[in-house]
Amino acid sequence: MSAPLVQMKNVSIAFGGVRAVDNVSIDLHAGEVVGLLGHNGAGKSTLIKMLSGAYKMDSGEIWIEGNKATINSPRDSRDYNIETIYQTLALADNLDAASNLFLGRELTTPMGFVDDSRMEAETRKIMARLNPNFKKLKEPVSALSGGQRQSVAIARAVYFNAKILIMDEPTAALGVHETAMVAELIGELKKQGLGIFLISHDTREMMELCDRVSVMKNGQMVGTERVEDVTEDDILSMIILGKNPKEAA
Amino acid sequence: MSDASKPATPQRRSLLQSLEVDTRLLGMIGAFLLVCIVFNLLTDGRFLTPRNLFNLTIQTVSVAIMATGMIFVIVTRHIDLSVGALLATCTAVMAMTQTSWLPNMLGLELGHPMIPWISIAIGLVTGAVIGAGQGWLIGYQGIPAFIVTLGGLLIWRNVGWYLTDGATIGPLDKTYILFGGINGTLGATLSWIVGGVALVAALYALFSARRTKISHGFSVKPVWAEALVMGVVGTAIMGFVAILNAYTVPSRVIARNPSLYGCETAEGCVASYGIPYSVLLLIAVAIVMTVIARRTRLGRYIFATGGNPDAAELSGINTRLLTVKIFAMVGVLCALAGVVASARLGYHTNDIGVLDELRVIAAAVIGGTALAGGVGTIYGAIIGALIMQSLQSGMAMVGVDAPYQNIVVGAVLVLAVWIDIQYRKRTGAK
Ligand SMILES: Nc1ncnc2c1ncn2[C@@H]1O[C@H](COP(=O)(O)OP(=O)(O)O)[C@@H](O)[C@H]1O
Ligand SMILES: [Mg+2]
Repeated sequence: MSAPLVQMKNVSIAFGGVRAVDNVSIDLHAGEVVGLLGHNGAGKSTLIKMLSGAYKMDSGEIWIEGNKATINSPRDSRDYNIETIYQTLALADNLDAASNLFLGRELTTPMGFVDDSRMEAETRKIMARLNPNFKKLKEPVSALSGGQRQSVAIARAVYFNAKILIMDEPTAALGVHETAMVAELIGELKKQGLGIFLISHDTREMMELCDRVSVMKNGQMVGTERVEDVTEDDILSMIILGKNPKEAA
Repeated sequence: MSDASKPATPQRRSLLQSLEVDTRLLGMIGAFLLVCIVFNLLTDGRFLTPRNLFNLTIQTVSVAIMATGMIFVIVTRHIDLSVGALLATCTAVMAMTQTSWLPNMLGLELGHPMIPWISIAIGLVTGAVIGAGQGWLIGYQGIPAFIVTLGGLLIWRNVGWYLTDGATIGPLDKTYILFGGINGTLGATLSWIVGGVALVAALYALFSARRTKISHGFSVKPVWAEALVMGVVGTAIMGFVAILNAYTVPSRVIARNPSLYGCETAEGCVASYGIPYSVLLLIAVAIVMTVIARRTRLGRYIFATGGNPDAAELSGINTRLLTVKIFAMVGVLCALAGVVASARLGYHTNDIGVLDELRVIAAAVIGGTALAGGVGTIYGAIIGALIMQSLQSGMAMVGVDAPYQNIVVGAVLVLAVWIDIQYRKRTGAK
């Protein structure tokens, strides 16, 4: 088997006295969905923020496709083709969908000016694929529903041909229909060979979407299991007790 | 405009919608016209004369130039209280450069053709460096802009005093004072030509915007609406030139030197002032700043950072450096505004630009800039400055005492923000 797409080795970060992530290791292969589960405050968001460049880890290593990576900023992370959909949507509410989709990576005219028409056209194209109901292209995203805002965030990750996709609770604010759409999209992207870290509280959904699930508690990794090897109850007890029943057995 | 919740008559809504005009812009122009009409009635028609409108225009320029930069500051949720003081330091530097430093140190005699340009260049660099320094303290050291620029207000006002030993410096260079307003104007013919060029450029811009939309298959407004917008824009441009050209040079001024105005003798000689250079400068600044705001990455990042600083940061935008750039731009604009202000007086004085920070902030706010960040337009700031200036000169003409003038201006500022808040609530805009 080739080198994993991502390996995070013994990473730690503390905020003041809080060891938000404590000596955690996790890996991700191409065409694989790895789920992260755990109570609020377990350290899931913090863990993936070190991969996306939002936080700098205190110790540990990140390897991308077999090479040691240096990720000090969101830009570095993007350079490794990592795209992130943050739990609190990282959208500028006062700008329209196209400006948000291309934020930091604007298309420009030969003269170096931002090319709004081309960005709008590209946004229309990708939205037609991801969310055909999306029509409000001219309005600031503050005027959009939760689902529509989420599709802007997702479009942004998908458009730039990510190899590694991080989705932090992508369906938390969505209705049933939109949640199903996201699930379908995850399946499609996985088929295209992306590696996806998915964070969610819905254990059943995770059992369906993920190949493996990792459970965190109090900043530590409780365990990682293939979904076919465990039951939903096993996962729940890992989340609640912070112990892996399979290891105990 | 998202006006789903706005109860309006269907006809009016569809008219405004098909014109795709900014209702807020219409509101501001309406407010300006209202001020003009009220004062015209109160002054028995002395307000809406070419002479007064000409003066109003040149009095607005300095504050308007700084207000275009204040937009970027407020959009990114900062404030700059130092602009008036920074203007004073820049004019002190420029005045000393042309009257003392260049002649005494480099031996350029007074009146040397390079003197005004070197002085202006040094002034612009001074503004940029001071602005960038303040921006660095705010962006990289995390000191609130309010504090840095409040300190700046005290520091730069008195650095200006120190540079000149508190003396009035002048008279300033003959070429330099052409930027002041009435001393440097284009005259009738050139003004019409500039107006014509502007008209063609505006029509071309509207036309090519339409063509781009069509080429991408986006919807465009109906042809009649496009034609109407073009007609209004064209009338506005040419009307503005016509007003400035309608103000003619008084005969006693012509009598001093008729040949300056293309006449043999003063008898029967008529000459228009036309567009002042200072107004051309403001128009150039407005165009450049609008292009930056709408068509460059820098502008996009400014508005994104104002809307959501965290999102901007996570999108890889260097928001600290952005802060430095914004305050440096404001510094440059303060220096430009200083050129106009000191050229208008013909001197650098100690109290030049006093209270300008408040006028500039008021202009930006009256022009629809939201203090919460993320929202503001360059044209709004300029119209805001124009409204402020009309109120002030109007009241002066009516004979309102200075303290009452300030009470009215203060009340109008608060009222403008209140109206803006109501407008945003109604339209659901942020
Ligand atoms: N920027 C921060 N500053 C201080 N503490 C933080 C910060 N980010 C996260 N934490 C702390 O780290 C812990 C893990 O949080 P988080 O990763 O958001 O949990 P999860 O995403 O699993 O709900 C929490 O105790 C949280 O308070
Ligand atoms: Mg979280």
